[in-house]
Amino acid sequence: MQSFMPIIIATASVAVIGLLIGLLLIVVGNKFKVEVDERVAAVRECLPGNNCGGCGFAGCDALAEAIAAGKAPVNACPVGGAPVGEKVGRIMGVTAEEKERLIAFVRCSGDCETVARRSNYVGIRDCASAVGSGLNPWACDHGCLGLGTCAAVCPFGAIKVDKGVAHVDRDKCMACGKCVAACPKHLIELVPESAQYAVQCASRDRGPAVKKVCSAGCIGCKLCTKQCEFEAITVENNIAHIDYSKCTGCGKCAEKCPAKIIRSKAERM
Amino acid sequence: MSNKTFRGGVHPEGHKEISKTQPVEVFLPKGDMVYPLNQHIGKPAKPVVKKGDKVLAGQLIAEADGFVSANIVSSCSGTVKAIEERYVASGAKAMSIVIDNDGEFTLAPGIGEERDPEGLSNEEILDAIQMAGIVGMGGAGFPARVKLAPKDPDSIEYIIANGSECEPYITCDDQLMQKEAHAIVGAIKLLMQLFPNAVGVVAIEDNKPDAIATMQGVCNNEKGISVLPVKAKYPEGGERSLIGVVTGRQLRFGQLPAELGCVVCNVSTLNAIYRAACKNEPLMERLFTVSGDAVANPRTMSVKIGTSCAELLEAAGGIKAGCEAAKVLSGGPMMGIAMPSLDVPVCKNNNAMTVMSKDEVELAEKKMTACIRCGRCGHVCPLGLVPQMMAEAAERGDYERYEKKLYGLDCIACGTCTYICPAKRPLMQLFKQTKAAIMAAKRR
Repeated sequence: MQSFMPIIIATASVAVIGLLIGLLLIVVGNKFKVEVDERVAAVRECLPGNNCGGCGFAGCDALAEAIAAGKAPVNACPVGGAPVGEKVGRIMGVTAEEKERLIAFVRCSGDCETVARRSNYVGIRDCASAVGSGLNPWACDHGCLGLGTCAAVCPFGAIKVDKGVAHVDRDKCMACGKCVAACPKHLIELVPESAQYAVQCASRDRGPAVKKVCSAGCIGCKLCTKQCEFEAITVENNIAHIDYSKCTGCGKCAEKCPAKIIRSKAERM
Repeated sequence: MSNKTFRGGVHPEGHKEISKTQPVEVFLPKGDMVYPLNQHIGKPAKPVVKKGDKVLAGQLIAEADGFVSANIVSSCSGTVKAIEERYVASGAKAMSIVIDNDGEFTLAPGIGEERDPEGLSNEEILDAIQMAGIVGMGGAGFPARVKLAPKDPDSIEYIIANGSECEPYITCDDQLMQKEAHAIVGAIKLLMQLFPNAVGVVAIEDNKPDAIATMQGVCNNEKGISVLPVKAKYPEGGERSLIGVVTGRQLRFGQLPAELGCVVCNVSTLNAIYRAACKNEPLMERLFTVSGDAVANPRTMSVKIGTSCAELLEAAGGIKAGCEAAKVLSGGPMMGIAMPSLDVPVCKNNNAMTVMSKDEVELAEKKMTACIRCGRCGHVCPLGLVPQMMAEAAERGDYERYEKKLYGLDCIACGTCTYICPAKRPLMQLFKQTKAAIMAAKRR
């Protein structure tokens, strides 16, 4: 009998201490409770989780918080696009506004066959470095350098440099906008998926100067503006630009373009 | 006893003998003259002529726009052809005044009038410098008027004439000191009038015995001006290293020379100051070295500002027969920048062009490998920076560490680390770019 006593005492004292600590935890837990919006976690579940920052917030967690707090629209995630916007909208109890998918577009098609060479750049393989050094591998001052800074920052592997010019894979691009910010030549823009035609050149030089260095450059001849019945295309600073909201995709401008740099979706691939 | 020097540095081969034995000749350009409006640090100058205007040599064509800016003067007579964007040596395009040179070089009235240096007041000296559009001609291009007007002129104790010319191949300062020693000393005397408590020191690397002898001959009769031979080592001519060598005072990070009582001027700048103040001659020409192992007759010439580099290369005999030129640098091989085209003008702060053959370029362009952390870059950095850590921070995009912890903004881009790096890492390019990115972010 005597030999069991210490065991009983130990068990009882641990049980009592456990009970006391448990009670203390309940009290403290109630007192210092942090209100958490359940919707944050639910919204976060729906987001893709790439943490690419394309929405303008510091990753998916930050965006989920902003959406739950009403500081960002439910379809703010450019990567998830409409399906994610719809799901998040259901959680938040609002319907997502119609938002078209955007796709990155490189406004240059000058590759090693069309653009003349200027200098032999051997420094750091990065476009910003090349711009800083003043050495442009190509004779055109405005075009793609082809050193692949955009491809390096793309979290989705959607950009490839081929023959000295960057190409965007339309299926893989999630329009996070990282390449847009990274390009030191400001050549990449986000265009609506439905945009039929786009001008694949960014040279602001005058016609003769463009012709001298590149066979795929906009010479600012304005033939396209005369063709367009919808006033969707304008030429400013010797470069044509299409207003995608006005463009109906008739393709007359592309037909007439002497340099063939107004390109349809299929040609842009 | 060996001469004084700084900590760090490297000993690249000088190659100076190939151009310094040739006599200095005046080169008169035939083609169009191009004057970029941003030949200096600060705000670009504002043109005061328009297309079609007739101008004379020595006439003001663009005036300083603001305090940190400089005038630009035509170095030829002719007609203004255009004011348009033209390529400059850095590969960028800059707004430039293009003058159709009539080949006469008719001087504007009053240019070349002798003035007695003794009778000039401080204001007259500074005004002459401002009018002449003088900038730091050693490379920086900082407007001289601003440099010579510190807050407290009495606190300046040293006027250092920088004749060290540590960059390989370049010999224009060496030859200038032999040719214009009196003008350089005359300018130091003018500066001593501006800074009454200062002494003048002419610092020359000991690989230029002729220049040292000539300068010493002139300085012997002058009170308070001495010649200091310094050890031939790159980058001895860097402002910060030179102040340490001459005065024993070490500039802290972010400090300016004036805070330690020093004013450092290149000898070319001093020559221009003397001519502006005592001969009423604005900055129209300078000595310019055309050298490199691919040049037929490497030489130093007295050239007009705005002359096309293509014309100068031709004047130096063009490319050596049987030699394949691979790279043209504006400046020397250490700090020079590769020029995208020969059709760029000589600016006030350009002192040389170096044409390198294919063999030499291939030697320098070995394949880059990973950093092996040997620490040689830190050992040779004249500023005591740690390029290896700076490169790591820069590559990671950690600009705060680069600037605040590693003092990367003080890098003078001398290229010493790149020269010594056994892994052939392009450190200097990385630092230049990072510095530019940080400065751009600050301005925003």
